[in-house]
This record gives sequence, structure tokens and C-alpha cells, in this order.
Amino acid sequence: MQSKFLKQMKEGILTNNPTFVQLLGMCPTLAVTTSVTNALGMGAAVTFVLICSNLFISLVRKLIPKEVRIASYIVIISGFVTAVELLIKAYFPAIDQSLGLFIPLIVVNCIILARAEAFASKNKPLPSMVDGLSIGIGFTLALTAISAVRELLGSGKLFASADGTGGLQILGSWYSPATIFLLPCGAFLTLGFLIALVQKIGNVNDERRRKQALEMDAIENGYHPTLMKDPVTGNIIPKTDGKAAESSAAKEEPPVKPEPKVQPKPAVKAEPKPERKAEPAVKSEEKTAKPEPEMTPPKTEPTAEKSSEIFNINDELKIMAEDSKMKTEEFEFTFIDTGKEDDNG
Amino acid sequence: MAEIFMIMFTAILAENFIFSRFYGICPFLGVSEKPATALGMGMAVTFVMTVSSAVTWAVYHLLLEPAGLEYLKTIAFILVIAALVQFIEMFLRRYIPALYSALGIFLPLITTNCAVLGAALVNIQKGYNFLESVVFGFSAALGFTMAITVFAGVRERLVFARPPRAFKGFPILLIAASLVAMAFSGFSGMKF
Repeated sequence: MQSKFLKQMKEGILTNNPTFVQLLGMCPTLAVTTSVTNALGMGAAVTFVLICSNLFISLVRKLIPKEVRIASYIVIISGFVTAVELLIKAYFPAIDQSLGLFIPLIVVNCIILARAEAFASKNKPLPSMVDGLSIGIGFTLALTAISAVRELLGSGKLFASADGTGGLQILGSWYSPATIFLLPCGAFLTLGFLIALVQKIGNVNDERRRKQALEMDAIENGYHPTLMKDPVTGNIIPKTDGKAAESSAAKEEPPVKPEPKVQPKPAVKAEPKPERKAEPAVKSEEKTAKPEPEMTPPKTEPTAEKSSEIFNINDELKIMAEDSKMKTEEFEFTFIDTGKEDDNG
Repeated sequence: MAEIFMIMFTAILAENFIFSRFYGICPFLGVSEKPATALGMGMAVTFVMTVSSAVTWAVYHLLLEPAGLEYLKTIAFILVIAALVQFIEMFLRRYIPALYSALGIFLPLITTNCAVLGAALVNIQKGYNFLESVVFGFSAALGFTMAITVFAGVRERLVFARPPRAFKGFPILLIAASLVAMAFSGFSGMKF
């Protein structure tokens, strides 16, 4: 139950993020991200509507005829949007001022309709609510990331209140604010670069997975230059002139990692694995090693192996820091993403 | 007359729906692959938005306001727009089949186009009278059509560009849109 909940949350926030991955609901994303305060207000409003509409639609999903379901969803959603609109007007007049018409326009936000159609109309109330929560949080985080970049570069401040006053001065007086980031063109530009960053992370992951698959294929079919499959245990062991080593030796010896500065990522991946001592673990660990045919010393000293791994991790941290220096959110994102890979690997 | 002209200028250029107000970004990015398709979408939006501006104005001022139900305007407007789109579709299919075959496929998409609802809400917010509302709806839609057609032209050229792999697809589109928006921001704040 709990793991299901976590999985759903991860799906909505990371792997299926409504803004960065599904590219839905672009109008408010571009329009209200001039300050973090606005973004949080919009995110909260959308999250509230999402949870309520998902719950309600899920409750009445068996009563709605198929032909009129979209119209019914829109009516249900606009009911909740009106409630939110009135609440914000009453208790947060400043946010109402700066978000303007984008609160009533939540009605036509495709994220909410998409969740109603794709999830709430097919699932029980509780999972539907969780889905609304996770997608809402994913949307809020995305808005916060965009608005943090825009506000920081555009005014040097963060968390300025809705009318542009107050806020934390982050960048000192040496920074002359680039107002362009607060203008409409800055919205397109920032979103473009952030989505490119997300795609970059996705590309790196894809590339790694593809290489792993090739590697495994080579080992399976016996034409890998340095590694082979032990005919007895099925473990992957270093090749010794066509003669298979004993399976016990394979377990004791550290995995052959011929080239120290292959891709940085596998180093991190390999790190937690040795703690598990089951045989499949050895196998999956081997999967991550990426020997190059040319410069491969077939056997490395165990100590050298370790140090090279540490070097790789540092290297990776540096690369990641450079990659995602724009935002801390992205930084976290990358790491959580790596963690996910570990589980799957 | 000068006011009408002012409303038109503002709606088309200075406060362009796409590049300044961010209404209707979904069709702007989704249906702008070819200038011809973009123009079709723009014409369908123009048609619906002009009619819906008139109808929602009437619904608000003749129905909701006398009854003291102003807070229901979001629900009322979205229903009116959905019904109107359906009605326009049926009407065109029956009486003007040529226009229907040109605009037909775009009509169902328009219901959830935030530009249409946005225009209706802006009309109420700014307190326009009936004529001003219709003019605003028409010219805002004209601005939308212009933006989406111009961008479709840009996008056709983008096919030949070779951006870095991470920028392929959506990001490079957004950056191109950003450059077009930069050009449009030259109109902002312009007054007569």
C-alpha cells in the first residue's frame, strides 16, 4: 500500500511531470511564473482543484454516461475552480490581483482534464486523490523552478510579494537585473532551457541503458573482449583465454573495470551494489561496467579499482554541478533520478 | 471610433493574446506545424471567439447580473462556449459545407482553448459594452491568428535547423517563440 503510494507520487512529480515531461498546461506555466510567490499560489490552487475534481469524478464515474463525460468533467472542474476563485479573493487579495484571470482559466487547464479522463474516470477515489496530489505537487515544483530562475535573473530577488515589493535580495548590488526574464519572451526562453535540461538528463539515461543492453548482448553471445559468462553458474567473469574460471573465483574477485574513466554514472550505480551479496547482484554489477576493447588491462588491482571509483564519483558530482547549476531543484531531480536507476538496475 | 480603434490595436499587437497574455499557448504550439493549418485554426478561433464574445456578454449582462449570480460566470461561460462550438459545428455542416470542410476539424479543439474563455472574461473585467466586446473578441482572435501563422512560418524553417540533441523538439520551439515574442514586445506600452 505504502509503496504504491510512493510510486504514484514519484510518477507525478518526476517521471510523469505534467509540465516538463507531459508538456501540458503551458498557459499558466508561462504566464504566472514572474515570481515564486505567484507560482506557489497558482500551484496550490491547481493542486486543490486537482485533488477535489479527481475525488469527485472518481466518485461519480459510474453515473456519468460515456457520451457526455467531457462536458460533465468540465462542469465539475469549473465548480471547484469557482470555489477556489472565491476563496483566494476573500483571503489572499494580493495573489488574486497578480494572478488575475488565470485563476478562472484553471477550468481549461489541460492537466486537470487530462487527469480526469486518464485516471480519475477509471480508478477508485483514494488513488485518484493521491494522483491529484502528486500531479499537483509536480506542477507546483515545475512552476517554482521556472519562476525561481526568472525572478532571480530578472530582479535578483526571490519570494517578492505579489505587488513586486519585499522579498529576499539574493544577488547583491553588483548584479544588474536582466528584466528580459520577467518579460514574456523570458518566459519562453526559461521554459525552453529547462525542458532542454530535462531532456538532456533523459538522453544520458537512455544512452546508458542502451550501452548496458549492448554490453549484456556481447557477453551473452561470447564476443565480448574481456568478459564472459561462466558456463557453470551463469555469472559474468573475466575472460581467461577462452577457459572459464571457477565460479568461486568469480565471486571473490572484484568485477573487472578495465577503464577507469569510462562514463561517470555507472560508478555511482555500482557503488551500493557490492553490499548485496546474492549472486544476481554480482551479475547486475557487472552489467554496469563498461570496458573498451582497446585499452583494457584484463585484471586490475582491487585497491586501484576502488580509488578509480571514488575518482569517478567526484568527477560526476562536478559534471552534474555544472550541468544543473541553474537550479537546486534540478540538482535534486538528478539525484533522485539516479536513485531510481539503482532500483531498476 | 477612436476607442474602437484603440481596442483593436491593443488586442492585435500591444497585448497580443499569445505573446503578451499567454492565452491559447496549447494550439499555438500544437497546431502550428504548417502555415496553412495554422491559418485554418486561426480562422476557426476568430469565428468562435467573435460569436462567443457577443453571446457571453449577453449572458452576463442580461442573465447573470440581474439575477445577482456574477460569481457563476466561469461555469456559465464555459458551458456557453461548449454549446456554441457544438452549435456552430452543426450549423456549418448543414448550411456552409465549404467552410465546414475547412474549419471542421479544428472546432472541437476550441472548447478547451483558453483564449476563447479568456476573451470572454477580459470583456467582463474591462467593462466593455456590447460593441466593444465583439470588437475585442474579433481583434484578439485576429492577433492570435497572426501570431500562430507567423510562428508556423518560423517553424517551417526550423525543420532544417540542427539544434543540439537536448534541444530537439519542444525546447527549440520555445526558444524560437521567445525570439518572436521579443519582436512583439516592441509594441507593448505603445499608445496613441
